[in-house]
Amino acid sequence: VEDVLAAAEEQEAEKRRSVTVEKELELEFDLGNLLALDRNPPPAAGLRGAGPRREAQLRALARDNTQLLVARLWQLPAERAGGPGGPLVARLPEPAFRLPREKPPPRPRPPTRWEQFARLKGIRRRKRTALVWDEQAKEWRRRWGYRRAGGDPARAWLAEVPAGADPQEDQFAQLRREKRERVARNELNRLRNLARAHRAATTVPAAPLHPTGHQSREELGHVARVARVSTASLGRFQPRLPKEPAEPPSRSGGKKRRFEPLLGNLAAERGRQLELLRDMNSKKPVLDITRAVNKQLRQEEAEAAAAKGKKQSQRGKRGRRRQHVGRSGKKSG
Amino acid sequence: MDALDRVVKPKTKRAKRFLEKREPKLKENTKNAMLIKGGNANLTVTEVLKDIYAVKKPFAVLYKKKNITRPFEDQTSLEFFSKKSDCSLFLFGSHNKKRPNNLIIGRMFDYHVLDMIELGIEKFVSLKDVKNSKCPEGTKPMLIFAGDMFEVNEEYRRLKSLLIDFFRGPSVPSIRLAGLEYVLHFTAVDGKIYMRSYKVLLKKSGCKIPRIELEEMGPSLDLVMRRTHLASDDLYKLSLKQPKALKPKKKKNISHDVFGTTYGRIHMQKQDLGKLQTRKMKGLKKRPAEKSAEDSGVSPKKSKSA
Repeated sequence: VEDVLAAAEEQEAEKRRSVTVEKELELEFDLGNLLALDRNPPPAAGLRGAGPRREAQLRALARDNTQLLVARLWQLPAERAGGPGGPLVARLPEPAFRLPREKPPPRPRPPTRWEQFARLKGIRRRKRTALVWDEQAKEWRRRWGYRRAGGDPARAWLAEVPAGADPQEDQFAQLRREKRERVARNELNRLRNLARAHRAATTVPAAPLHPTGHQSREELGHVARVARVSTASLGRFQPRLPKEPAEPPSRSGGKKRRFEPLLGNLAAERGRQLELLRDMNSKKPVLDITRAVNKQLRQEEAEAAAAKGKKQSQRGKRGRRRQHVGRSGKKSG
Repeated sequence: MDALDRVVKPKTKRAKRFLEKREPKLKENTKNAMLIKGGNANLTVTEVLKDIYAVKKPFAVLYKKKNITRPFEDQTSLEFFSKKSDCSLFLFGSHNKKRPNNLIIGRMFDYHVLDMIELGIEKFVSLKDVKNSKCPEGTKPMLIFAGDMFEVNEEYRRLKSLLIDFFRGPSVPSIRLAGLEYVLHFTAVDGKIYMRSYKVLLKKSGCKIPRIELEEMGPSLDLVMRRTHLASDDLYKLSLKQPKALKPKKKKNISHDVFGTTYGRIHMQKQDLGKLQTRKMKGLKKRPAEKSAEDSGVSPKKSKSA
């Protein structure tokens, strides 16, 4: 008897053991997506050799992971769907793993002109009944559509000539024309509302600063400059990138001329006026002709050298080899 | 744009329903996948596409004709297909000498390519080759990712996110426990990714949790990662953004502690403790004689203090 009991107990223990799995690191679960993430590094040695052994190892690994995932799923609150006797159904939590959306979230559309007016005046929408009592037919008929109350408009055989109208005018044509105009006006207003909504939706604030994938170099430079200044200390402590040129902060913000305030520094203004008078009285010209001419000559030489260098580099290897001899000569000049 | 779609008003209810299905919503539809063959797709690649179509039915479209495009160079034709068939996931198979048995898996955001990863198929065992019983079409698979590469490497992380997105299936609130039949297992080892699909057999065990036995079924792929075209960080963040309306509303004045006890907070107005209604103990009731004595006794006390 003892042997039988021992054997039964061993069987029970084995069954319980068979459901538990030992893992170094705990798996991460996202039960909403039926997902399990195993961070343990898989036994690389066993998986290297191709063949059935690898398959067996992969299958063992998969079995362990699936066992853990199913154990978690079985712990979820379950109920019998469709009354007792129905299948056992577990309620899944919301999926936790963040996945990107398919399309951007819908933006609320701006109200149309009528909606704005109605909100202003406090007009609320009245719920209308679907059927209307038709006196002539003595029954409930639709408000509009097939067999509507008020008779078929195509069959109207009488159209009164109103008091101030021309007796020769075709009233039926007038009715048709008015209907066409009403439809056209309605359509125009609908398109106008759509255009307004579209314009409101596409004009994102600071649109040039958002990444589009096709921006030119100047635009990107402008964006980079704006980004640099958009810190709490207005870009004062922002480190420069390795190849970014050092730009002195222009207080004027890009404007080329700065005007002094009208009633600022009286002493400076006085000094400036006296200096002006002095220059006007002196015999020496303000512009030093020789210095100006030398500066111009140097600039022209530099430009010519740069152009020649560019032309030679365009020619390729031959040009480059020749440039080595020419360059040292130009440096002294 | 969505506003411009409404310029042409749909004339039938069916057309209106069709457009409504495609417009951006708060809670989105299940993502569809399009399976496309490239200009020179060989037998392996075609078989792979057909098998994955079988796994992803009915949320997949398999294009029968070959399309001569190169997704990594020019994405316009992919985006055109995506717009026409309203699919945001795609799988493009091709084969050439430089990249044999090539598979490009990718997803779209707003009909523009978000991420694309090129995988090479080293070994493929198709559904037909494995002669076991299969699970019914449209079963939601269990997904398991093994290997620390999927956490450490940025490209592998995106690949993991892509694969989850691809094979996830519809999002359901509850699931029949006996119907958990299909599991897809991805292992990242030695720069290779092994994808295996198994049919799950639930065996009896001593306790409530069943013992799992796996049976090989379905397509198994050995993949190696080639090129990638991942979205920039801010575009990816923009695509992850969920509208605020979807966040679960937080109930105020309710808190939970570590042991699972729920605490609630009630805000009361100031109470007059003299007028509190307590339990009536009949034995302690004042007899009329006592009451009058107390009344007379109380008043001189009051006058003394005043």
